[in-house]
Formats: sequence, C-alpha cells, structure tokens
Amino acid sequence: MSIQAIEDRKVKPLPAPAKPAEIIAFTARARRRFDPAAIAGKLARTLVPPVIVITIMLVVWQVACSSPTASLPPPSQVWNEAYDLIAHPFFDNGPQDIGLAWRVLMSLQRVAMGFGLAAIVGVALGALVGQSIWAMRGLDPVFQILRTVPPLAWLPLSLAAFRDSSPSAIFVIFITSIWPVIINTAVGVRNIPEDYRNVARILRLNQFEFFVKIMVPAAAPYIFTGLRIGIGLSWLAIVAAEMLTGGVGIGFFIWDAWNSSRLPDIIVALAYIGVTGFCLDRLVAAVGAFVTRGTTAK
Amino acid sequence: MTAYLKLDHIDKSFARGSQVSDVLKDIRLTIDKGEFVSIIGHSGCGKSTLLNLIAGLTKVSAGAVLLEDKEVDSPGPERAVVFQNHSLLPWLTVYENINLAVTKVFGRSKSRAERHEWIMRNLDLVQMAHAKDKRPAEISGGMKQRVGIARALAMEPKILLLDEPFGALDALTRAHLQDAVMDIHSRLGSTTIMITHDVDEAVLLSDRIVMMTNGPAATIGEVLPVPLARPRRRIELSSDRTFLRCREAVLKFLYERHRFVEAAE
Repeated sequence: MSIQAIEDRKVKPLPAPAKPAEIIAFTARARRRFDPAAIAGKLARTLVPPVIVITIMLVVWQVACSSPTASLPPPSQVWNEAYDLIAHPFFDNGPQDIGLAWRVLMSLQRVAMGFGLAAIVGVALGALVGQSIWAMRGLDPVFQILRTVPPLAWLPLSLAAFRDSSPSAIFVIFITSIWPVIINTAVGVRNIPEDYRNVARILRLNQFEFFVKIMVPAAAPYIFTGLRIGIGLSWLAIVAAEMLTGGVGIGFFIWDAWNSSRLPDIIVALAYIGVTGFCLDRLVAAVGAFVTRGTTAK
Repeated sequence: MTAYLKLDHIDKSFARGSQVSDVLKDIRLTIDKGEFVSIIGHSGCGKSTLLNLIAGLTKVSAGAVLLEDKEVDSPGPERAVVFQNHSLLPWLTVYENINLAVTKVFGRSKSRAERHEWIMRNLDLVQMAHAKDKRPAEISGGMKQRVGIARALAMEPKILLLDEPFGALDALTRAHLQDAVMDIHSRLGSTTIMITHDVDEAVLLSDRIVMMTNGPAATIGEVLPVPLARPRRRIELSSDRTFLRCREAVLKFLYERHRFVEAAE
C-alpha cells in the first residue's frame, strides 16, 4: 500500500450511531429447548449401565440356582410363583392376604410415627447439647454409649414397657433413628458462625426467636444429614422389629413366608424393601435440598 | 452538657487459664451526638475489641461505657453494628434480612405497612431497593455491605458502629461505599464510630481520628481533629492542604512513633 493510498483514504469520524446502543438484558439462563436426541442420550447414559448389570446378575443367579439340588429359587421360579405379589401390589383378599404395597404402607406408617417423633425430639435435644456446654458435658457421654446399642436390643424392654407390639415397634424406630439426629444437630448448632449469634444479640432475639430464626436455618444442612442417616436406620430397624413382634408389616410378611417356606415371596419382599428404602432416602435428601437452598452458599 | 457517649477509664483483659492478657488499658474518650469518629491502629491493637465493648458484645473488665449517662453492658439495637463480613443471614432475602431487624425493633410501634415503607426507605438510602428479593449469595460483596448498612440503619440506632466495613472490598467499590456512608451521615446526622486501618479513609470520613498505640495494653495515643468542611469530595481533597496535613499526622503516628514491631521483624 503506497503512501498516496493512505492519504487518499481520509480519516473520517465514525458516524454517530443512529440510536443509542440497545441494552439487552441477559436472561438468567438460556431457556432449554426440548431436544429429543439429548434427552434420549441422557436416558441411555443413566439407564443402560444398570440394566446391563442387572441382566448379568439375573443370568448368573438363574444359572447358579438351576440345578435340582439348589437351595434357593432361580429368578424364573420367583417370577412364576410370586407373580401375584409382583403384578398386584394392592390386592386385598381379607386379613393376612393383602398385597405387598399395603404391608409396606403399614411399616411406613410406623416409621413415620417413630421417625417423626425422633426428628422433633432429636432436633430439640441436639439444639440443647449444641447450645449449652453443660448439657453437652452431661448428655454427650450418655448419647455416645446408648447410640451403639443395636436396635433390636431395645425390643424386649419396650415390649415389657408397652405390652403391645405396635408401640414397641415405633419405640424401636424412635430410639434407633434419634442418635444421628441429635449428634448432627448438635454439631450444626455448635458451628453456627459467631457473627449470626452477634446479630441475634444486637437484635435482642429471645431464646425462641433465636431457635426458629437463626439456629434451625443455620444448622439445617447438618440437621438434614442427621435425618437422612436416621431414616435409613429406622427402615433397617422396622423390618427386624416386625419380624419379632409379628402381626402386620413387611417384616412380618418375610418371617411368615419363611415359616411357610415361600422363598420366592421373600425375594420379592426384599426388592420392595430396597426400593422403598431408596425412595425414603431420596425423599429426605430432596426435602433437605429444598429447605436448605441458599444456606450453604456464602 | 454531658457527652453523648463516654468511655470512662475502660480496661479490658482476657483470661485464658491462668494467663491474663491485657488488651486495652485506660481508654478515655467522649463522643458528641452526630460526630463521626474513626479508630485507627495496627492490627492486634484491640480496636475491634473496643468496638465490641461499645456494642456490648464483650464486657469491660473495669471502667464503663456510658451512652446518654446510662451504662451499656449488653448488646442492643440502639448500638447497631455493621460487621466486616456483612453477616447477612444467607437463607433470607435482602428484604427479609432487614425485615428481621425492623420487626424486632418496631414490631409494636409501627404497623405492617409502615414497617414495609421503612424497610424500603432504608434500602433506597443504600440504593439497594432493586435487589430486595435477592439472597445474599446472589449479590456482590459491596452490595452485601450496603445491605448490612441498611440493616443497621433500619434499627434507627443512637450510634452506628462500623467494624472495618470496607476491609474486604476492592478499592473502587470501597470508594463508592465511602461516598455512600458520607452521604448517609450528612443526611441522617447519625453518630458513627468506624474501625479502620486505612489512613485515607479515616481522614476522608471522620470528624476526629482516634489513634491507638500497639498492644498489649493498648490505649488511645492521640486524637486528631479533622477540620475539613463537609460535604467532602475526594478529588478536591486529594490536594487539599488540611487533608494532607491530617494524613501526614496519622501516618507519622502509625509508622514513626508506633511502628508495628512484629510486622517489621
């Protein structure tokens, strides 16, 4: 490019923009469009691996239990003999001949009562232990010893005290699931930042206001960790407790099936218990995630 | 006339086991209504402890804090604190954070509509009304500090206590907030005590600067009046002779006479 060419091209000021620059607000997030390919891909990624693993397990199980001398039924026999239980979870043919879903619901009812009580009492006791150094010194050793007692060891005592199977089962659930709630709540309360306490002191919040407005929300992530462990333990405990107390529930069903040598029924019941336990765990986790949104972020 | 706030021969020592460490010794200071006072000193000299004593968050070992001739020995909303790290409750929105304070302080004296208006007025004062429904995690550090100031102001305190309120902010944001604080102080005439370790900030904002000696057993080394007319503008002041003289006086105090020995080693 010659010098002449440069001179020719006169420097012109940029034309003033016809209108002021438009301000485009960014939306918080580009809206996700419905994309069948992406959804199918995601489904495949999450579903295919477990399906393959389960298929392999079923095949191995089938092969291992197919010999006439096998002590456990293969999956095909479970399917044939317990088809009613698998296909109709809600049938009701009178007392003691009901679908497994009803039995699970009965157990869940007990868990709801025992665990609900444990959650309320556990959070209250945990708050006390976390808040007061003397309560901690006095109660913590007791808690640490009692929490190691296996759930079923409480059962004879509670049967003696309540003289009835249902409250005894509920008590066993309560006493099993309360420890992680207490301990985690106490840790959460102890970890409340000093600044939040100072804010409360400057505002002169009373004990109740402090508990509701500062302590519970601040400790919520810890509380929900405790609740999640607690619900898992109480589901473990209810099945064992019902096996011993009898009468109703999924635990009793397993014991009953064992006494009448209906092994396929037991296997189906195990699947029910596993799926229910999984759902309970996810339920508490989801509630926790909803309640504590924003709390963990600084 | 007696002083609005009087720090009367205050000593503060902390006991850890059998060891007793003196933090503050013989603090004497009076502050008038509407005054803006900065407390400056090297880190560890006990200036935050002094602020906590005035707030009532810690108790004095000897002496007394007197506000309008009444002794202060517990925290309360008439001595609102703006904390260094804002201390907003992360599970509440900006509005709810201030509402917590307003409901507690004015729950009986103001109606619901009046409280709402009062919250919005304080948010407007710090120019944060647009973010009232955001949670603290969703706004910047400077904005959080603005909300912290609004929360403190919403308690309608007799004394506003600022504990290194701009310490965690970048220089530009800090300048904006200093202007905001100056503006609020000129509008409301609130008696304000600010802890800082920034010499320019102290000179720019204060009527008087309280300079602390180094600990242990720190005390007030010198009190420097800043005879600059208000409103003050930082650009004009940057070459103002009085401003520079005050600045030099503080720097000399901090770096010649009370050099922080530990930091120099």
